[in-house]
Amino acid sequence: MQALTPYGFVAPVTVLILILTFIPIAIVIGYSTLDNVIMTPESKFVGLSNYFTILTDGTFYVAARNSFVFTVGSVGAHFVLGITFASLLNSRLLPGFVKTIFRAIFILPWLFTVAIIAILWRMLLNPNGVINYFLVSSGVVDVGVEWLSSRGTALLAVTFINIWAGYPFFMVTLLAGLQGISRDLYEAASIDGAKPWQQFRHITLPQLRPIIISMVILDMIWTSQQFALIWLTTGGGPFDATEMLPTYTYKLAFSNYEFGLASASAVIILLLSMVLAFFYIRHQKARD
Amino acid sequence: MAKTRRAIDRASRVWVIVGLALGATFAGFPVVWMISSSFKKNSEIFAYPPSLLTDGFSADAYLSILTDPEKLRFFANSYLVALSVTALTLVVAVLAAYAFSRYEFAGRKSLNLIILSVQAVPPITLLIPFFSLIVTLRLYNTYQGLILTYMVFTLPYAIIMMTAYFNTLSKELDEAAKIDGANPLKILTRVILPISVPAMVSVGTYTFMIAWNEYLFALTLTRTTDMRTVPIGIQLLMGQMSYEWNEMMAMSVLGAIPILLLFLFFQRYFIGGLTAGGIKN
Repeated sequence: MQALTPYGFVAPVTVLILILTFIPIAIVIGYSTLDNVIMTPESKFVGLSNYFTILTDGTFYVAARNSFVFTVGSVGAHFVLGITFASLLNSRLLPGFVKTIFRAIFILPWLFTVAIIAILWRMLLNPNGVINYFLVSSGVVDVGVEWLSSRGTALLAVTFINIWAGYPFFMVTLLAGLQGISRDLYEAASIDGAKPWQQFRHITLPQLRPIIISMVILDMIWTSQQFALIWLTTGGGPFDATEMLPTYTYKLAFSNYEFGLASASAVIILLLSMVLAFFYIRHQKARD
Repeated sequence: MAKTRRAIDRASRVWVIVGLALGATFAGFPVVWMISSSFKKNSEIFAYPPSLLTDGFSADAYLSILTDPEKLRFFANSYLVALSVTALTLVVAVLAAYAFSRYEFAGRKSLNLIILSVQAVPPITLLIPFFSLIVTLRLYNTYQGLILTYMVFTLPYAIIMMTAYFNTLSKELDEAAKIDGANPLKILTRVILPISVPAMVSVGTYTFMIAWNEYLFALTLTRTTDMRTVPIGIQLLMGQMSYEWNEMMAMSVLGAIPILLLFLFFQRYFIGGLTAGGIKN
């Protein structure tokens, strides 16, 4: 009886994960081998042919490439901004209340839902919007740029928006990490004549390494799965300039009603994410 | 020597302040512009040159949203869904976390690993099977369908954070209660939970945020306007009227208020709990 107690405690979550993750994954794998589902009364088994169609579709590779650029650009900038802001907020040169105020301001972007962020930046980046006003009046560009609807700038623009939206999580976590580094290490280094940059390279970065690795992998998983921001700013366009794996899959399913193909694409995305998850879990284990 | 040190400090302080000011502009300007725009007339949104305070300053955009039952319904739906998800997540997560923290049992490691991995399952992968499951279970376009769905995204993190917190509580508390003859459920509810309020607040805030912000499943698993949540409602404003920017900004401000308030009240718990979960788990 006693031995069964823990199973009672974990029963609800086990049932939920079974219903909400395992069964759906089994279903989507099943769907991916059928010619079509949901929209058709009868489905035919087609083996791996959906995977073949997806993997020979040029748009899939455009989407994969865009997802890659978007993810690497976002995560890299999240890290740089996160560590910069966290270091500034951890400075011993400023009184605590000043740092509290700035911390609150720096966290702001994190408190808005993606739908809000999307619409806000559509207004800011409008050809007649305030950002173009500043760029034109300072002479950086001649006329207002259609940031989100020109092929050349759309990917850059959505990546920028995502950078703005996502760096606070890095900042908050790295700040906690910085506060955990002993001041003695820096004291000792500065007695040895180490410059601030050297201290950063040889004390701060190595000390934060485990946190940084976790955050980078987690952020890559999240960013590569970003759907709403793209959908609400560019819808994947213009043409396929900002098409990403999630928007590509969503369109296959809910615009083209090709649920078999969409399922195959969804399974491919799952496999890619599992590769990242594998590194994440291995890293977590190594730290324990 | 001391003097040069002070001079260096003064110079560095200037750089720190410059950095903070630049960062604050980057982070804060869009938000300031959002609030300013919500008080403008729609015709002034793209006025040239732009200004923060315009002649047409008014709260009309807010009034028009707060007096429209259709839009108020978006908020009611979001509150209902987010609060239900938060309550259910806390119950399920507390039970599981207690087992992970206090018991050794066969399958513990595997279950832990599965919960960690569920965090990485892409929402888009689950979307298609959920769509057909939810339709089959006759939960399409219902609150229950959304609430059930959101639990996948909230549970893993909630369990990881709660387990990390329970691990910091001494096991002697449980032992003492056990000697007094309390059963495990009673130990959890009477001894452990009363001292776990900070962690539950932090997990609850995070859960509420995820549910309040969710977009993809709300878009796909509901159909009628009266079942839509705030994120979808904001999107509907975009298409419905020909870009009433001031109303969209007002709705955005209103939609952000619950999260801002939660954050203001619980800032300390929230950041503490989140980082404990993120760093340790």
